[in-house]
Amino acid sequence: MSFGIPFFPQEASSEAGRIDALFYTLLAFSAVLGLALAGLVVGYAVKYRVGSKADRTGKRSRSLPLEMSWTIASLVIAFIFFGWGAALFVRRDHPPADALEISGLGKQWMWEFRQPGGQREINELHVPVGKAVVVSLAAQDVIHSFYVPAFRIKQDAVPGRTTHIWFIATQPGRYHLFCAQYCGTQHSEMGGWVIAMAPEQYAAWLNSQGEGETLAASGEKLFRALGCSGCHGASSKVRAPSLDGIFGRPVALDNQQTVIADERYLRDSILNPKKEVAAGYEPHMPSFDGLIDEGELQMLLAYLKALSPQPTAGARQ
Amino acid sequence: MTNAAMSGTYLGEGSGPRAWLLTTDHKRVAWLYLVSLTAFFFLGGAMAVLMRIELATPAGDLVSDDVYNRLFSLHGIIMVWFFLVPSIPASLGNFLLPLMIGARDLAFPRLNLASWYVFISGSLFALFAVVAGGVDTGWTFYTPLSTLYANGWVSTAAFGVFIVGFSTIMTGINFIVTVHTLRAPGLTWFRLPIFVWTLYATSLVMVLATPVLAASLILIVLERVFGIGIFNPALGGDPLLFQHLFWFYSHPAVYIMILPGMGVVSEVLPCFSRRPLFGYKAVAMSSIAIAVFGFLVWGHHMFVSGQSAYAGVVFSFLSFCVAIPSAIKVFNWSLTLRKGEISFETPMLYALFFLALFTFGGLAGLFLASLAVDVHVHDTYFVIAHFHYIMVGGMVTAYMAGLHFWWPKMTGRMYSETAGRIAATVTFIGFNLTFFPQYVLGFDGMPRRYHTYPPEFQFWNVLSSAGAVVLAIGYLMPLFYLGWSLFRGARAPDNPWNATGLEWQTGSPPPPHNFETMPVVTRPAYAYDMKGLEHERFSPHREEAAG
Repeated sequence: MSFGIPFFPQEASSEAGRIDALFYTLLAFSAVLGLALAGLVVGYAVKYRVGSKADRTGKRSRSLPLEMSWTIASLVIAFIFFGWGAALFVRRDHPPADALEISGLGKQWMWEFRQPGGQREINELHVPVGKAVVVSLAAQDVIHSFYVPAFRIKQDAVPGRTTHIWFIATQPGRYHLFCAQYCGTQHSEMGGWVIAMAPEQYAAWLNSQGEGETLAASGEKLFRALGCSGCHGASSKVRAPSLDGIFGRPVALDNQQTVIADERYLRDSILNPKKEVAAGYEPHMPSFDGLIDEGELQMLLAYLKALSPQPTAGARQ
Repeated sequence: MTNAAMSGTYLGEGSGPRAWLLTTDHKRVAWLYLVSLTAFFFLGGAMAVLMRIELATPAGDLVSDDVYNRLFSLHGIIMVWFFLVPSIPASLGNFLLPLMIGARDLAFPRLNLASWYVFISGSLFALFAVVAGGVDTGWTFYTPLSTLYANGWVSTAAFGVFIVGFSTIMTGINFIVTVHTLRAPGLTWFRLPIFVWTLYATSLVMVLATPVLAASLILIVLERVFGIGIFNPALGGDPLLFQHLFWFYSHPAVYIMILPGMGVVSEVLPCFSRRPLFGYKAVAMSSIAIAVFGFLVWGHHMFVSGQSAYAGVVFSFLSFCVAIPSAIKVFNWSLTLRKGEISFETPMLYALFFLALFTFGGLAGLFLASLAVDVHVHDTYFVIAHFHYIMVGGMVTAYMAGLHFWWPKMTGRMYSETAGRIAATVTFIGFNLTFFPQYVLGFDGMPRRYHTYPPEFQFWNVLSSAGAVVLAIGYLMPLFYLGWSLFRGARAPDNPWNATGLEWQTGSPPPPHNFETMPVVTRPAYAYDMKGLEHERFSPHREEAAG
C-alpha cells in the first residue's frame, strides 16, 4: 500500500474497526471544520486586505444569535463524540464470558506471559484468531503498558494491582507489542510480538511447547511450600478462614464492613494481612511482602481463583 | 543604544549591573525574565534537535539510551517549567500589564523582582542536576520509576522545579492584586484588553494549582530520600496517587501556558484588521471558563492507567466541555477579520499562523478526549503532536507575535519587517513539517519516549527530523534581526501600529513610571471603528526619509 509509506495501521481485532469508524469520523469532521475555517480566514484576508474595494458596510462586532448558535452546535457535536467514544470504551470492562485467560507480567524490560495450559513465553504472545483473550496484567517493578496498535488496545500494568485487557484477534499475523508507558533505560526495547494463529495452528503450537504447569498448579505448590495450607487447610488446628470458593464472594470484616474478595482484596490479604481481617478470626497471619515476587503472587491468585467454581467476569474489577 | 536618545525613558535610568539586577521597575524585571527565558528556550530546543537527529534512523546510533532518556526528560522539564509557564506572563505580561491598565508599576514591585531571583535559583538548581548527571524520569516524574528505580538526580531536579513554583505563585498573586486595585479611572472590567483578562485567568490557575505540584514533588523527595511510603505499593502506597496529584497541577498548567497566548492574539488580530474583537464578552468569559474547567479534567491523562472506567467517562465528558470555550474563541477571532482593513505585518502573520496551528492542535484534542480513540493513541506520537501544536504552534507562535508587536514599545526601535515576515513563514513551514508527521506516526502506533523504533516508522521520522532543522532556523532568525534592531533599528514612534491600548499612549520606550499624566479611559477596548483611528501606519522608510 502507498509505496511502502505507512499511513494507516492494520486493523486486526474485533474492536479495531469500531474504533477506527469513530477515528475516521472525527478526522472527516476535523477536515471539514478545519477547511471551512481556513477558507473563511483566507477568504477574509484576501477580500478585506487593506486597500481592497470590498464592500465594508454592515460591520458588526457581536451577534448574539450567531454566537449562541455556534456555542450550541459545538456542544451538540462534542456530546455526540463523547457518547460514541464512551460507549466503545465501556466495552473494555466487559470481556466475553468464555474468554481465554492469559497472565502477563511486565518487568524492566520484558514481557512474560503464561498460557492457560502453563506454557511460558517471553516477549511473544501466541493467541488464537476468533477467540476472546483476557490478559491479566501485573508489573514487577515500575508501571508498564501493554500496547498492540493493530488491535487498538492499551492498558497499563501497575505495581500493586492487577489490570485487565481483552481482545479478539481477527487476522492471523505477527503484530507489534510495545511497552507504551516510559519505564526506564531500555523502554524502547521492551516489546515483541503478538502472534495471532488459526485455532488449529494455535493448538498445535501449544502442544509443541509441551504441557507446562498451569499457573494455578504452580500456585497450589507454592501454597503448600509457603505454609499457607497449614492454617487455611481443612485439617488445620489454627483457626483461619477456609479459602474454598473465596473468589468473588463477600467477606465480612471485623470492622463491621463487608468487601468482595476480588483480586485487590486477595492481593492485600497476602501482602498486608492486618489491613482487612475477616470477622471472627484473630490477626495471626504474617505478611508475605518481600517473600514472594509479583510472578509468585500471580500464581497464588490463580490458585485461589481455581478454588472457586465459577469466577465471573464481573467480579474482576 | 545611546543614552541621550533614551534619556527620560526607563532604559535611560542607568545601565550597570546594579541598575538591572536591583531594579524594581516591572519593565526591567520583564527584560531579566526575557533574557533568561530565551536562554532556556534555546537550551531546551537544542535538546529537541539532538533527539530529532537521533530519531532520523531507527537504530540508536547517535546517543545511548540513557542519554536519550535524559534528553527528553530535560527537554520537557526546561520547556514546561523554565520556559512555557513563565514565558508570556513573566516577560510580556510583566512589561505590559501595568501599561495596559494605566498603572505606574505592579502592585508589589519588590515581590516582582524577588520572583525572578527565586526563578533563577530554582532553575540553576535544576540545571545543576543536568551537569551532575541528568534525570531520566521524563518531565512527568511518574512513580514508582522516579522514586525507586530512576538512577539520575531526581530529587535535585524536582526540588529545582519546586522552587520555581514559588516564583510562579508570586507572579500570580502580583497580577491578581494589580488587576483588582490599580486600574486607571474609567477602566472597568469589561473595558480591559483581553490580554489582561487572560493574564488574570492564568494567575488564578497559577495561585491555585502550583501548590499541588509543590506538594507532589515534596512527596517524591520524601519517598526517595526518607523511604516514606506514599506511592510505593510495597509500603502501602499507590503509584496512581502520584498521577492524580501531578495532573491536578499539570493539566491546569497547560492552560497557564496557552491562555496568555490567546490574549496576545486577541490584541494583534483586531489591530491589524482595524476592527474591534468580535464577541468581546464571550472571549473574556471563555478565558475564565477555561481556567475553571481546566481544574476538572486531569483524569483524561489516565484513561488506560487502571483508573475506573466510569471515572474515565466523567473525565472524558468534562474534557469535551473544556473544548467549547476554545472553539468559541477560534470562531470569534476568525469573525474579527470580517469587513476589516487587513494588513500583514510580522505580528499579524504570527497571529494568523497561531490561529491555524491552535485550531489544528485543538481538533486533535477531540480525538484524545474520545475515550476509545484515546486508548489507541495515548502515549504515542499523536499526543506529542497534539500538545506541540498547542504549546509550540499555539503558545510559542503567540509569544513571537507578541514579541514583534510590542518590540517597538519595549525597545523604542523597529526591526526589519522583511526579515520578520520571512522568519514567521519559515517557522510555520518548519513547524508543520516537524509535527504533522507525528500525528501519522501516533495513529500508526509509534509510542513516545522511544530511543529506537521499528523501521517502518522511518519515513515519517525523517520528515519530522528535517522539519526540526527548518524550525530551528525559523527560531534563530529573530535572535539576529531583533538583536540588530536594538542597536541599528529605526526609532519607533509611540504608536507604530496605530493601536488602541493604553500602552500605546505613552512613549516608546515608556518613561520610568509609565505615564506622564494619569490616563482616563472612556472607551471600550479595541475601539478601532471609532473616529480618530482611521487607517494610518508607521513606515520606517518614510520616517527615515523625514528624519
